[in-house]
Amino acid sequence: MRQTALHGYDILGLRGMSKNNIDLILHTAAKMKALLQRGKKDMELLSGKSVAIVFYENSTRTRLSFELAAKYLGAHVVSMSEQGSSVAKGESLEDTLDTIAMMAADAIVIRHSHSGAPTVMASKIDVPIINAGDGMNEHPTQALLDMYTMLEYKGRLDGLKVAIIGDIYHSRVARSNIWGLTKMGAQVVVAGPPTLLPKDIEAMGAQVSSDVEYAIKGADVVMGLRMQRERQSAGLVPSLAEYTRYFGINAQRLAMAKGDAILMHPRPANIGVEISADIINGPQSVISRQVTNGVAVRMALLYLILGGGDDIEDID
Amino acid sequence: MILRILIKGGRIIDPSSHTDKVSDLLIEEGFIKAIDYNIECNADSVIDASGLWIIPGLVDMHCHLREPGYESKETIYTGTRSAAAGGFTSVACMPNTQPPIDSKLMVEYIRLKAEKEAAVKVYPIGCITKGREGKELATFGMLKEAGAVALSDDGDSVANSRIMRLALQYALSFDMPVIAHCEDKGLAADGIINDGAVATRLGLKGIPAAAEEVIVARDIVLAASAGGRLHIAHVSTAGSVEMIRQAKRLGINVTCETCPHYFSLTDEMAEGYNTAAKVNPPLRSPSDVEAIISGLKDGTIDVIATDHAPHDLSSKGDDIYNAAFGISGFETALSVGITYLVDTGILEPMQFIAKMTHVPADILGINAGQLSIGLPADVAIVDPYAEYTVDTGKFISKGKNSPYDGMRLKGRVLYTIADGRYVLYGGQIAKGDGNDNR
Repeated sequence: MRQTALHGYDILGLRGMSKNNIDLILHTAAKMKALLQRGKKDMELLSGKSVAIVFYENSTRTRLSFELAAKYLGAHVVSMSEQGSSVAKGESLEDTLDTIAMMAADAIVIRHSHSGAPTVMASKIDVPIINAGDGMNEHPTQALLDMYTMLEYKGRLDGLKVAIIGDIYHSRVARSNIWGLTKMGAQVVVAGPPTLLPKDIEAMGAQVSSDVEYAIKGADVVMGLRMQRERQSAGLVPSLAEYTRYFGINAQRLAMAKGDAILMHPRPANIGVEISADIINGPQSVISRQVTNGVAVRMALLYLILGGGDDIEDID
Repeated sequence: MILRILIKGGRIIDPSSHTDKVSDLLIEEGFIKAIDYNIECNADSVIDASGLWIIPGLVDMHCHLREPGYESKETIYTGTRSAAAGGFTSVACMPNTQPPIDSKLMVEYIRLKAEKEAAVKVYPIGCITKGREGKELATFGMLKEAGAVALSDDGDSVANSRIMRLALQYALSFDMPVIAHCEDKGLAADGIINDGAVATRLGLKGIPAAAEEVIVARDIVLAASAGGRLHIAHVSTAGSVEMIRQAKRLGINVTCETCPHYFSLTDEMAEGYNTAAKVNPPLRSPSDVEAIISGLKDGTIDVIATDHAPHDLSSKGDDIYNAAFGISGFETALSVGITYLVDTGILEPMQFIAKMTHVPADILGINAGQLSIGLPADVAIVDPYAEYTVDTGKFISKGKNSPYDGMRLKGRVLYTIADGRYVLYGGQIAKGDGNDNR
């Protein structure tokens, strides 16, 4: 039996994660991906372990990705989706906590619409918690799979210029990527309309601009973020058409990045709003690969947190 | 009934008379009988106050006693004992109760309840508008006649500028201060903590400084043109301090207060999604704290008020989104001031105590906050050197919601005497009329 450096850890965000642990996760994800590509979907690395996946907010791909990851490793998976129920109408975190504690799972994957919900829960219960997205705060597994994908295509993270374009204010994907990428030595530039840029984001280590073209210029990676339609009704942008014209990613703007730049998006995308139809499936797009890599990264995390039985190196 | 209390050899600090000397103080039948060196007499109770401060009982012009309507958070009984534990002998309570204190009847209710149950003097503040709805002025004259000392729709700004202007004008007739809670709800929106690096880093929506400042600016403009006595509540931003400084220079009739948490804590306290640090206005940035301190130092900020806002556990909880705004402040206010303002040399003890005694008393027009022969004996005796660790579990207040929990503070209130009776004796709440604890 071997325990990893992350055994029993909470994965609350990349803000509090060391560079070494990020390296370990990305390294392990590569091994998981290799196993997956060999068709290994019945591993027993987590046999006898149970993972509770509790989503208090809409999601299809992240939940599915976690479920598959846990099942490929041989863990039992219970899943609960509570959006639309009493929870969405404001069940307290304490109630939620009680519910989850009763499940006695070996790990809890949680998504919540409130920033900090997993952090607060982790301080109250001993079961390892994996944050699958909390409010506007962090989405660490998305950023890890983003970094893994960049690594696959670019062979490094150190020194890369990554432009993140769109609604930075509301984006947990942007925050996690800023924390993670800056730790790994990448340069992150965020850009969008000033009404969607959070105050003092420079303090997180990112450069900021309201000029999308300036941000994209010379980038190795261009990442679009979902532009929620509600932002218009909230008055943050006057119209989606105007947003697209001045802040959307299109072929002309993508061409300002390096010739070999890759195009990323966490999905789901509003095609024709934040990203144009001609590039979303174009040669520079690695968006589909991100989804595939998501399973490998989540397998790596679950294995590193819960593993202790068979060693990944022993699988043939 | 204790007729005579003799306090020996303490450092008497009374800002209203610019007194700062080591002396004795004699209380007889509820009044201050003598302040002199070496008073010799047969007293029922003698306190050796050597090394201690003897100061006027503190005056808080901004607190929430929650009664009626929110008795699970606080009552007049518990709130005034909490005040006594903090050295306060006069407190002015805000009218955002249920129902609100917007009528003569409600003011009378608070006063009657206080007469029966309060440990210290309670001065009701009446609403500016009926039902705190911001639409029609409340009956200022009748509120005052019943005993209200000021007007405020605290918790809300009067959103309609015309109504606010009318309030300032009409209050002139009754010489009542209008206490403005300055907050533009549109700008504050659904913000949780101060808008800035910490909110961004935690992924929480921010309340910008501008939400406070636009209404501070508006109300100063209204006071300049309409007259009236504008008092700005809980100033929290550098911009507000600067505007009030300028307004005072221009001779506009404006006073203001800040609270201990705005000169001692920053929005960093919200780290870990700490609900105890959720307060309105929010804890601000380090540069705001610096500006508050400079405003306290140069006199721009007249008063330190607690904004004592107790909450029960179920309304605070673990979830910073749903947690109520507010800090339970009575029992830490004096020590926070001693720790962050006096001990650091920012204010002289006299300057500091003035802001918690006769200055707020003067704004409210109440006879309190001074140590003068013949006045009712409202006195606090404080050990300014005693250090302790704040334990909210030991708060007298029902509200255990304090970001100071676990922090080291300096300065302890040992005795509080209201109208010549012990309400706090040796750091413990006095039972009955105060005789039992002698």
